[in-house]
Amino acid sequence: MKRILWGGAGLGLFCLLLLAWKLAADAKLLNPLWFPGPDRSFAKLWEWIATGALWQPLGATVWRMFAGWLAACAVGIALGAAIASSSLARKLLQPSAEFLRPLPASAVLPPAILVLGLSDAMIVFVVAFGCVWPILLGAIQGFRSLEPRLVEVSRLMNFSPWKKAWAFQLPSALPDIFAGMRVSIAIALIVTVASEMLSSQPGIGYLMLVAARAFRSADIFAGIIVLGALGFATNYGIQRLEDHLLRWRAG
Amino acid sequence: MAAIFPALVLLLWETLSRAGVLSEDGFSRPSHWAPALVKALGDGTLLTQTLETFGAAFQAVLIASILGIALGAVLGLFRPLERAAQLTVDALRPIPSVALIPLSLLVFGFSREMSAAVAAFACFWPILIVTTASVRGVDPRLLEVGRMLGFSSGKIILKLALPAALPGILVGVRVAAGIAIVVTVTTEIVTNPRGLGHGMTMAAQGLQPDLVWATLIWIGIVGWLVNWGLLRIK
Repeated sequence: MKRILWGGAGLGLFCLLLLAWKLAADAKLLNPLWFPGPDRSFAKLWEWIATGALWQPLGATVWRMFAGWLAACAVGIALGAAIASSSLARKLLQPSAEFLRPLPASAVLPPAILVLGLSDAMIVFVVAFGCVWPILLGAIQGFRSLEPRLVEVSRLMNFSPWKKAWAFQLPSALPDIFAGMRVSIAIALIVTVASEMLSSQPGIGYLMLVAARAFRSADIFAGIIVLGALGFATNYGIQRLEDHLLRWRAG
Repeated sequence: MAAIFPALVLLLWETLSRAGVLSEDGFSRPSHWAPALVKALGDGTLLTQTLETFGAAFQAVLIASILGIALGAVLGLFRPLERAAQLTVDALRPIPSVALIPLSLLVFGFSREMSAAVAAFACFWPILIVTTASVRGVDPRLLEVGRMLGFSSGKIILKLALPAALPGILVGVRVAAGIAIVVTVTTEIVTNPRGLGHGMTMAAQGLQPDLVWATLIWIGIVGWLVNWGLLRIK
């Protein structure tokens, strides 16, 4: 009951802010050239949905985002496991990883365009590059912090390194890996949209930049709403997947 | 040890490049990067661009700190307001910062403010969340004392709550500073004709691959130094 009440209060405040935005837009307090007001923004969004104009660019954006992110997950987890299990690999590779991690993923765009051209493959590569570091560092951390008792058990039971990795290390590393994956999916969306804007590849990002050049502010806001919803949905989805896969942890 | 892996990669790169396996137009030999880097550093272009990027990032952190700390202090002190605002925060926070580039472009045109506004949006959330949590964690007895002394709400926030919450808030500002540079460079690369990001885009369009790679290395070094410095402040 209390939760419903607070939910209502939250919704009330949100609607109040929307109303304030609408009133400010109607009273021309906000320049109508830039700020179209919520009614026009949502009308534009509805028009996109009704005419079906939304689906193709949205599909392209989602595809690039997930292709890059999944590639980063595969590479990050595999490489993380390898680096964690060998102190030589750790000494050789970890400093390079630490150096590359703070590099803005978008800074890789210009050289990637030089090498791969203006293509889908280029965007997917840059997205994967941006996403891989949090997953890699999470995986290294996770694979290394296996409980000593389990190390003991795997030795007593004569597990091969593969079996030990699969049966003990991967499950115990999952929370750290998921933490990295959740950070990465947000990066994936940002890098995808930035890449589309720069390389003029059809997608939500490109759509919005074209709208800005034509001063179609309602299109920009409709795009912001779509990208916000996409960010929310992907974060929520991973959270649920994490809760589901790690439900043993709560017990 | 740390240098072995990068050295091997660069050596392989150089060899394949000389053998003609990697195209000169895109990959550019590593041995060409150093002269390009020295030249760009020597004639001052790289430093001017770096200052421009840092200026925009600093502006972003400043704006985000003022707004984030002010709002965070209010939300942290008034629990009902925080719970009511939760939904709005949850709805706005997932908006990727780059989604605001077209809007910022319309409002500010090509300018330092354009990058700063986009980066400030990205920096605002960590500062807001950390400030809210730190102010909420301030010992209630301290605030009680303020009320007994008849302080106004504003005075309680400024004189008691914020100083007590400062260590936590600084953590948020530090995280935001790292984000600010990444988002500023991104905005510059995508549209804004300023700073390091634009320098790279121009070099790529002018078919100077050596300068592109040299700038990338420079951004890597600067980014790493900033990161290192920020960790040091702790």
